[in-house]
Amino acid sequence: MRNQKHTAIPFWRDERVLQVLGQVAFAAAVIFFFYILIQNMVTGLQRQGTTLGFSFLQGTAGFDIAETSITYSRTSTYAQAFLVGLLNTLQVSFVGIILSTILGIILGVARLSSNLLVRNLSAAYLELMRNLSLLVFLIFWYLAVFLKLPRVAEAVIWPGQIHLTNRGVGLPWGLPTETFETYRWVLWAGLAAAALVALVLHYIGKRTGKPPLTALWALLTFAAFAVVGWFVLPGAPLTLDYPSVQGLNMVGGKVVSPEFMALLSGLVLYTAAFIGEVVRAGLQAVSKGQVEAARAIGLTGFQTLRLVVFPQAMRVIVPPLTSQYLNLTKNSSLAIAVGFPDMFYVSNTILNQSGRAVEMISLVMLTYLTFSLVTSWFMNWYNQRAQLVER
Amino acid sequence: MSDKILPPLIERPSPLSWIYKNLFNTWYNALLSLLSGALIFWIGRAVVIWLLEVAQWRVIVTNLRLIMLGQFPISEVWRVWLGLALLALITGNSLGIWGRKARGAGRVTIGLLVLLLGLAVITSGQSQLWLLGMAGLLGLGWWVGRSAGKGLERVVITGWVIWPPIFILLLRGLGADSELLPLVGTNLWGGLLLTLLLTIVGIVFSFPLGVLLALGRRSSLPIVRWFSVAYIELIRGVPLITLLFMAQLMLPLFLPTGVNIDRVLRAMVAITLFSAAYLAENVRGGLQAIPKGQYEAAYAMGLNNIQSMGLIIMPQALRLVIPILVGQFIALFKDTALVSIVGLMDLVGIGKTVLAQPEFLGLQREVYAFISMLYWVISYAMAYVSQRLEVSLGVGER
Amino acid sequence: MSKKFYPLFGLLIVAALVLAACGGAPAASGDASEPATADTAAPADDAAPAPAAQTAAQGETLAAVVARGYLVCGANNQVPGFGYVDADGNFSGVDVDYCRALAAAIFGDADAVEFRPVTAPERFTALQSGEIDVLSRNTTWTLTRDTELAGNFTATTFYDGQGLMVPSATGFTTLEDLAGGSVCVQTGTTTELNLADAFAAAGISYSPVVFEDADSTFAAYSEGRCDAVTTDKSGLVSRRSVLADPSAHDILDVTLSKEPLGPMVRHGDDQWFDIAQWTVFALIAAEEYGITSANVDQVKASNTDPQINRLLGNEGELGAKLGLSNEWAYNVIKLAGNYGEIYNRNLGPDTPTYIPRGYNSIYTEGGLLFAPPFN
Repeated sequence: MRNQKHTAIPFWRDERVLQVLGQVAFAAAVIFFFYILIQNMVTGLQRQGTTLGFSFLQGTAGFDIAETSITYSRTSTYAQAFLVGLLNTLQVSFVGIILSTILGIILGVARLSSNLLVRNLSAAYLELMRNLSLLVFLIFWYLAVFLKLPRVAEAVIWPGQIHLTNRGVGLPWGLPTETFETYRWVLWAGLAAAALVALVLHYIGKRTGKPPLTALWALLTFAAFAVVGWFVLPGAPLTLDYPSVQGLNMVGGKVVSPEFMALLSGLVLYTAAFIGEVVRAGLQAVSKGQVEAARAIGLTGFQTLRLVVFPQAMRVIVPPLTSQYLNLTKNSSLAIAVGFPDMFYVSNTILNQSGRAVEMISLVMLTYLTFSLVTSWFMNWYNQRAQLVER
Repeated sequence: MSDKILPPLIERPSPLSWIYKNLFNTWYNALLSLLSGALIFWIGRAVVIWLLEVAQWRVIVTNLRLIMLGQFPISEVWRVWLGLALLALITGNSLGIWGRKARGAGRVTIGLLVLLLGLAVITSGQSQLWLLGMAGLLGLGWWVGRSAGKGLERVVITGWVIWPPIFILLLRGLGADSELLPLVGTNLWGGLLLTLLLTIVGIVFSFPLGVLLALGRRSSLPIVRWFSVAYIELIRGVPLITLLFMAQLMLPLFLPTGVNIDRVLRAMVAITLFSAAYLAENVRGGLQAIPKGQYEAAYAMGLNNIQSMGLIIMPQALRLVIPILVGQFIALFKDTALVSIVGLMDLVGIGKTVLAQPEFLGLQREVYAFISMLYWVISYAMAYVSQRLEVSLGVGER
Repeated sequence: MSKKFYPLFGLLIVAALVLAACGGAPAASGDASEPATADTAAPADDAAPAPAAQTAAQGETLAAVVARGYLVCGANNQVPGFGYVDADGNFSGVDVDYCRALAAAIFGDADAVEFRPVTAPERFTALQSGEIDVLSRNTTWTLTRDTELAGNFTATTFYDGQGLMVPSATGFTTLEDLAGGSVCVQTGTTTELNLADAFAAAGISYSPVVFEDADSTFAAYSEGRCDAVTTDKSGLVSRRSVLADPSAHDILDVTLSKEPLGPMVRHGDDQWFDIAQWTVFALIAAEEYGITSANVDQVKASNTDPQINRLLGNEGELGAKLGLSNEWAYNVIKLAGNYGEIYNRNLGPDTPTYIPRGYNSIYTEGGLLFAPPFN
């Protein structure tokens, strides 16, 4: 009796069966939901005589884009227009990440400064930025700062011929001369030498147990090549080209559009505040005992920072830092508010001109998802590596 | 006499030595102090001059109602006030009941009273009366809460739960034919009102959804877990603006013919779905921090899965992550600005229309500075109140 | 999970899929059944079930509008004179008045319309998805929009051409003056394409500065971000009227393109297209016959011209052929006015957005407005 009872639990009370049933019901509900949505869309599109597909990307774009890093004209295809936008996104994200990291580290360190004024200034900045809406800030930054710069004819000229106008910021820029080709080879050689130095030092460090300043020496090697090459060559490889006002716009030098400037600086100023917090938390996470122990075994202040504090802080800093980088990249889609042709904005234009809402929105989402997947791949790789260091 | 215990020696530095110690103790600190002092002076001076002399605040004064309420019909504005008055009553009541435990609550109460009375001083007419009424209700609620104490707790919690739907019902109205509460279409909702509504709805709905997703992600059932992981990673991988575009441009295609979802509602759905994914990750962090012993203890007491989660684990986990959750809510509030890109008339959208008025062209600085200030003040207030509560309730520590 | 449950698991998935497929069917057939509910207004010859997807929506729009009790019109809210919303939330403009006329034709009530401001990017999706019944938002009639974007344009309500506006101080008069300059333009418009075409044809380099909405575009222009701003000439006139100093801006005597603007409806519902189309014609015909909102009652009572009698519903069954009441055109004229009245109300000499009528006059006065016969 008892035995039978044990084996014959009715299946509606068997937890395992219930779990399976529940999951199947859940999956069925989800599938059903999406099925309905897609069914609706397909019938809707059919009725209008349109179908889904990406072949339209081969069509002629017809519109111009102001800022392109590849050859593009109105006769190019939609796909090329999308690529232009993608490259613009990558460009603004890449530069933005570098600049916001630098500013963020300064802010984070300043936040822990022993100087009262510096500490509070940094705190006030972080507090100010973190409570602003990025979109409002970007619009303010673009409309109320960059577009309020003087008009081209009344350009403000800063030392070094930096032109400030509401058509853009003109910067002096290097123009390659005939020796530039050779110089490029010199730079490659410098890079190779720097890599060699780094390898050798790394090897020595492993043998002797005294970690040398690998990065510093490698950098110095490269710099030495660059400087010596510059003066040894018969003529300077680059000449400085200064911007000047001519007609309607600036010519010469490098003219950076106000849209790009506003987006980049807005993103940097905003993200740096968050990175500053990350850096501060990371530095504070290293316990005081570690520093005291390092000093006790005779490390200097700099050595303590380099060999004890920094590696441990990095383990705390890197994960949230990566997600801030990802945020910056995703936030660059707000370019639409300041008129900078990033991927999202160009896709929006393509969507408008071709009417392909479903395809374009899916394409944009997939691209951003790829960014995020690559980032989390990097994160996993780093975490594994950081764990190895721990051992 | 001689064995009287002396108080510990308290160092009372003279102002000069204090300055020396904090600002000029080393040569580079002195340099930094001078540099940052100059920076503060330079920025502060420019800001003060602009605020007081250059800026033309008339654009804000003239359009204040537009910025606050959008195109909400003037004859129906009392409904907004009524909703806010109810909010003041509940807030005062809560502060009264829980104020004794939370030290910051007194300060918050006084701050709110000062704010309401201060606003009442600078406004006039109906708004002034309503603001005074709100201040009165806040005080009344506080007094009742203080004297009734714990007895009112349930009532107030119910109040908090039913306030959002009541407020939305008040705003929207009962129907086109209703005498008392005629319909006010969402196309007329705007300004700060819309921004706050998007925030409230986003918080109210994304929180339970986020908790469910966090549970789903830790579930032992593979299909549920995969679905949760896929959802969370998918949403977190894309910018909010793409979701908003999807809601405005793609969603209509997914619905059967003849079914239309209101534009504002679509934005609310997008914001909710977006925020839920982030909340889920935060809640999951809290769940992971609960030691296994708690689960085991709950089982040992004979609680089933749902009971142990609802009574033992989740309360602790949520308590742990309150600061992070509030941070996420603040982020949500700031993100609502994006709806202006898809054409809704929130604070930023209204700002654009104000700037298109012929007499106020070119006053971008004033308008956007004011809007930024509103965002800043509200975000800061949310952060401040939550910090006070955390400290006094010992939240986030264990 | 023990192995004996695997078959059960598989079975359940199959069952779920079958269920999903069955569940999908009502949704699909729901589309087909909707025209059947439209029998109040749909012409009888379309009552038979129509499996062909293209015609499935026949009569559906009118039925939905009637059932709802009001028309939903996609409008602009940023272009004074065409579609604009003032600080109190009131809509005005030529495109807006067209929607009122359409509402008058259907309901005999020009206020039975809800205006939904749609942005340039979302306007076509809003129409395709049925969120709006008609798009009346200074939309240019192009082949792509007529075909790929699944729209039908009614008769043109405003003949326009794309122009360029520059600050007077620059002294620019031709396209060539803008060489190397930058031009502000709004995205999602034909304007953006025409601009590229025109400058490419003239062989001039320029740099476009593209914005999301009209407000941002003109804000950037007035800040001097661009040397010129481009949109339809009517749009330039209207936006110039709300610039700080309208007299300090010139519209160049250059026309970059033809811009026929008119209402747009969905593919697939011919009855609704006819209603939208003939409402435009009724407005034009009324002006041609000299019928205004002021004299329409008198004309209706005393008129002898059979054309006019048919238009006003005294004679024949023209309204019924559209699925409307026979007094539909009378209601349009009575409640919204004729084309000339609408034009003068929004773009006439007494308004800040004055645009000379030019092409937009009745053909008898040398314009392009021509209504087919009401027979």
